[in-house]
Amino acid sequence: MLKEAIAISLMKKKNVSVAHDGIKLGKVWRMSKPYLFIAPAICIFLVFSIYPAISIVDLSFYHWNLVSPSKEFIGLGNYINLFHDPDFFQILRNTIFYTIGTVSISLSLSLLLAVYLKQDTQMNKILQRIIFSPYIVSLSSVAFLWMWLMNTDIGLLNYILSLLGIDKVDWLGNTSLALFSLVLISVWKTAGYNTLIILAALQTIPKYLYEAAALDHAGTICTFRKITLPLLSPTLFFLTIVDIISSFKVFETIQIMTDGGPQNATNTLVFAIYEYGFKFYKIGYASAIGVILLIIISIFTALYFRGLSHKVHYCG
Amino acid sequence: MSFRHFSTKVFRTIINTLLILIFFFPFYWMVVTSFKTLGATVLFPPELIPSSLQVQSYLDAFHAIPFLHFLVNSLIVTFSVLVLQTLTIVPAAYAFARYSFKGKRILFGIAMLSMMIPAQLTFLPLFIMFSKLGLINSYASLILPFASSAFGVFMLRQTFKQIPSELIEAARLDHASEFRMLCKIFLPFAKPTLVTLGMLAFISTWNDYFWPLVLTTSDAVRTLPVGIASLRNIESGIYYNTMMAGNIMLILPIIVVFLYAQKQIIRAFTYMGGK
Repeated sequence: MLKEAIAISLMKKKNVSVAHDGIKLGKVWRMSKPYLFIAPAICIFLVFSIYPAISIVDLSFYHWNLVSPSKEFIGLGNYINLFHDPDFFQILRNTIFYTIGTVSISLSLSLLLAVYLKQDTQMNKILQRIIFSPYIVSLSSVAFLWMWLMNTDIGLLNYILSLLGIDKVDWLGNTSLALFSLVLISVWKTAGYNTLIILAALQTIPKYLYEAAALDHAGTICTFRKITLPLLSPTLFFLTIVDIISSFKVFETIQIMTDGGPQNATNTLVFAIYEYGFKFYKIGYASAIGVILLIIISIFTALYFRGLSHKVHYCG
Repeated sequence: MSFRHFSTKVFRTIINTLLILIFFFPFYWMVVTSFKTLGATVLFPPELIPSSLQVQSYLDAFHAIPFLHFLVNSLIVTFSVLVLQTLTIVPAAYAFARYSFKGKRILFGIAMLSMMIPAQLTFLPLFIMFSKLGLINSYASLILPFASSAFGVFMLRQTFKQIPSELIEAARLDHASEFRMLCKIFLPFAKPTLVTLGMLAFISTWNDYFWPLVLTTSDAVRTLPVGIASLRNIESGIYYNTMMAGNIMLILPIIVVFLYAQKQIIRAFTYMGGK
């Protein structure tokens, strides 16, 4: 009731002010002002984001080599070729393997780290900064650094293994290992970020829950399973989706470290779009892969927003 | 000290050391390698503590590529993105927070939709568009796609909405002009958000390798990350010391900013992830 009263009084005020300076020009200005304020941002979104997303769908129906003036409409031809191409399925498999590997290892490691670093001590603060530092460094620098660390003959990683009596490992040149090596690098880069987010969520869990559990003589593992994990689940859900989406976009490490090889073992969706587009000039085909990626990302974004609305309901 | 307490301490020390080794040692290795001679980089077992140091690799990295040229390009692109984002985000967020108007939901929906479409998807159509306009290898192609940020509009709008209405009412009673209100109330109130957004924009633009790589075909407007990456193609063989020296020069500004404003940056990133 009170709210309505305030709303009505505010409305009256507005009317009064409109009546006061009833000059037409002022009214036009007042009407168009918000649109003018929003226009620059919206134009940029439309031209550089929405339009290309629509355009990539359109391009995927054509056969075009970027140079020739004419585009040939082939309908679903690119998609049919895509689904008959064993290479494409390997690319898709690689991307899914990379995503599942990165997300599961990074998140479980981060969860452990967050619980471990929960106490607010000076040492923990320093450790938080240290594990976070890879996250803000350029991915291209990270790729170079790890290319050096993973060098088969003189790399530091193989030196450490040799100290443990393990033979030299061809981290990036071995078809069955290369993709996993890229997963490790991704985990190294993202674990600190995930840890900080989980830490932030841990701090919101009310202390009395833990006190109650302690009174009930609940063990560490039981407390973790019955209190910490359920209350962290919204955060873990969001991190999972955000990490899945970013893993599907992997490019830099592949382009710099492996070039998709050996034998296509590390080729992924974004790298394939780049390669088909700029190396083989098969724009339609590259766009069709882009549309597949667009669909995958849309599905996870939709899941994200579903989760968000559920969370809001839950709290409200 | 009880045994239990002692063993926990030992356990913690071991884990802490491991964490530092795993997450920090690679950077140490990067720095050490950059000061090594070429001969020292190919030694196996490697020298963990180098016996001799030199700065030659930095000079080599500087001369092997047009380093200053790339640096200037990076500065131009990064600062243009920062300025343009401020100029487009602030008014848009202000309008979305303050006014009700026809089509507001649709316009906001467009902003939210664009937040979900990543550069890794749009680069192909945009490359075609820019090449039709003759804008490949131009600053415009590197700057314009990032001249606004839907995430920024969203965050700033949220902040503006939290301004207590009494504050705005008081300003209105004082007959403050709209521009004055923006400068005296809205922007100061949103300062933490603005700093946060600025830092995120700086870090992501400075670090970006993908966009300059796909949108350029010559060195003309290439930025530092792509320039440094070309160090791996110099002459014959791989000079890890030179490559590491180049990369250190690339990440130094980020590290300096990070050391200077750790708290703020960490808050910025957690802020981003929490929403």
